[in-house]
Amino acid sequence: MTPAPIDCDIHPAPPGLAALLPYLDPHWREQVTARGLDELDSISYPKNAPLTARPDFRPDPGTDPARLLAQALDPFGTRLAICNCLYGVQLPFGEDLGAALAAALNDWIAHEWLERDPRLRASIVVPTQNPALAAAEIARLAPDRRFVQVLLLANDSEPLGKRRWWPIYEAAARNQLPIGIHAGSNYRHPVTGVGWPSYYIEDYAAQAQSFQSQLASLICEGVFAKFPDLRVVMIESGFTWLPAFLWRLGKFWRGLRAETPWVATPPAEIVRERVRFTLQPIDAPDDPAILLRVIEQMGSDRLLLFSTDHPHWQFDGTEVLPESFPPALAQRVLAENALETYPRLKEAATEEEGP
Amino acid sequence: MNVTLLERTGSQAAVQAVIDCDVHQAMRSAADLKPYLSERWWHQLSTYGQRRRLGPAKGPAYPKGQPGAMRRDAWPEGGGRAGSDLGLMQRQHLDPNHVAFAILNPLTPSGQGLQNPELSAAVCAAVNRWQIDAWTSQDRRLRASIVVPYEDSAAAAAEIERWAGDKNFAQILLLSRTAEPLGQRRYWPIYEAAERAGLPVGIHAFGYGGQPITGGGWPSFYVEEMSGHAQCAEAQLTSLVMEGVFARFPRLSVVMTEAGFAWFPSLCWRLDKLWLCMRDEVPHVKEPPSSYLRRQVWLTTQPMEEPEHRRHFRDLLAWIGADRLLFASDYPHWDFDNPAEAFPIALDPATRETICHANAAALYRLV
Repeated sequence: MTPAPIDCDIHPAPPGLAALLPYLDPHWREQVTARGLDELDSISYPKNAPLTARPDFRPDPGTDPARLLAQALDPFGTRLAICNCLYGVQLPFGEDLGAALAAALNDWIAHEWLERDPRLRASIVVPTQNPALAAAEIARLAPDRRFVQVLLLANDSEPLGKRRWWPIYEAAARNQLPIGIHAGSNYRHPVTGVGWPSYYIEDYAAQAQSFQSQLASLICEGVFAKFPDLRVVMIESGFTWLPAFLWRLGKFWRGLRAETPWVATPPAEIVRERVRFTLQPIDAPDDPAILLRVIEQMGSDRLLLFSTDHPHWQFDGTEVLPESFPPALAQRVLAENALETYPRLKEAATEEEGP
Repeated sequence: MNVTLLERTGSQAAVQAVIDCDVHQAMRSAADLKPYLSERWWHQLSTYGQRRRLGPAKGPAYPKGQPGAMRRDAWPEGGGRAGSDLGLMQRQHLDPNHVAFAILNPLTPSGQGLQNPELSAAVCAAVNRWQIDAWTSQDRRLRASIVVPYEDSAAAAAEIERWAGDKNFAQILLLSRTAEPLGQRRYWPIYEAAERAGLPVGIHAFGYGGQPITGGGWPSFYVEEMSGHAQCAEAQLTSLVMEGVFARFPRLSVVMTEAGFAWFPSLCWRLDKLWLCMRDEVPHVKEPPSSYLRRQVWLTTQPMEEPEHRRHFRDLLAWIGADRLLFASDYPHWDFDNPAEAFPIALDPATRETICHANAAALYRLV
């Protein structure tokens, strides 16, 4: 029997900044209004780009809870789904503005979405402009068990392993919240190591490289050693790049590990124990044997977490899980892996089932 | 703690001739350049330095694992940098490893990517003349790469034209860390000149373009920089294909050097999928990205990919195609691959011949 899936990546979106006004304090409400700030859309997902929303999920994808539930949850019999809000609160340079907007976004998602349906869970969006303020935002929302992880972007001002970010990991670990890293950037640097590309398609393609760099940073800086309970979920990262990346990093680690003596186990082992990847997008050719071989190369059936990535256009119809997945793998990917990754989802599932 | 190292199949005797597509010859010291520079540029270089879009006046952004990232046994007894003594290179590598031809890629200094475009052009021109005098004219197995001041593509094209048809040179060399993605039109004169000269464009990992090596800023460690070069190579190929460079220059051949190759299949899969979704943005890309990449791109083998399970190396060969791979040793660097031992599986003789000899012989027209 296949279990009811847990969808680890759906994207509700505020219809505009006006939706957040009720959740801002008077000062910031006045600032936002008087200064003409009316939206925070990011170039990471241009509104009208095909990838940003499947044609049948338009118009205004992700803005209406009833429509999102009917499109993303009902067709798959989903029992729990994690809302990852990609509204660009990490874009402004002001630290206090970022913190006010992130808090408003989190309160908005709690009231307008989590209240709406018991299947919904959310990630805490944090103001990465200032890690101390980000940690405070985690502490503020952690008592609400419907927030199940902390959300960061695949590119920020400094590589995510650096100590600058550790207050965020400390707060997350203390509250049993995995760190979710989602495709995207606040564009503090060009999205590639060789400068700004011309086209959006290059920007999105480059996200897979950014995830590789961040994984290298988290491993090499010793984040996994420092926070032994911390788990990291790479969201909308793609995963077929993983084996090749780990072979290369593992080889260099063997040759250069005197540089990072706190990395005491091979990177591939660290990843298999501590890092997970959402299912969509699946960057693989049509031949199902190749995808299965890539998963074999990853060396574990525990790494993938079911996701639709609604409303992004990653698949058509309801073909979200490759048919070629053997039942045992499907079972792991659909729900078991997520339950092992997210303590707060496990908690919810246990309550559902009763004592 | 102890770590289980990769099991190996044992030595595969290198009785066969190989073409080594990445050897780094060096100057004994910067003074070797002096005879090839005008007084003005020697003065500039010795007074104000190279200025490489990088803080340290000399040396790398990240301290290497050992001096100059060189094999410790490759420093000549009589002094000078590793790679600066032809006799030692012959005794240590070219002769015992049956190297039929070696492609020389000079790195330090090469004049490439300097902030001052005129200095960059002058040093590149000097390095190219030095390569003939000190290397290719001394051993007929050696073929040099034309170093070009690639951030000023008009000057780069002129340097290519200067040497077009000269058999001392087998390719044009760029470094992978450019100021902007290499598909952008400011670099097109280089590809036009390469096509005209009938020379492949080699893009070697490293260099400094002024941007952090990741989209999320500067990492802390050399091991991250090493691993990051693969991501930069992916970004460069993405740019070359999405800007339509391969479509516009159908006779252009690109060799990605020292950036790995295991990432190539997943890059192809991702780009093809995105192209299906958003080809309206890049109407000049007429075919799936992988069609261009599999036709016009070659990848060198060093540092050799070492899957956790050796059998997975066969998947790579199947997914990439042996026809895309060129053997390289990276002599005299610390992560040198010996052709007799580098491959993690025993290759059948035909595949080995393809990767170690035939592909390079055809691409570089080496006979």
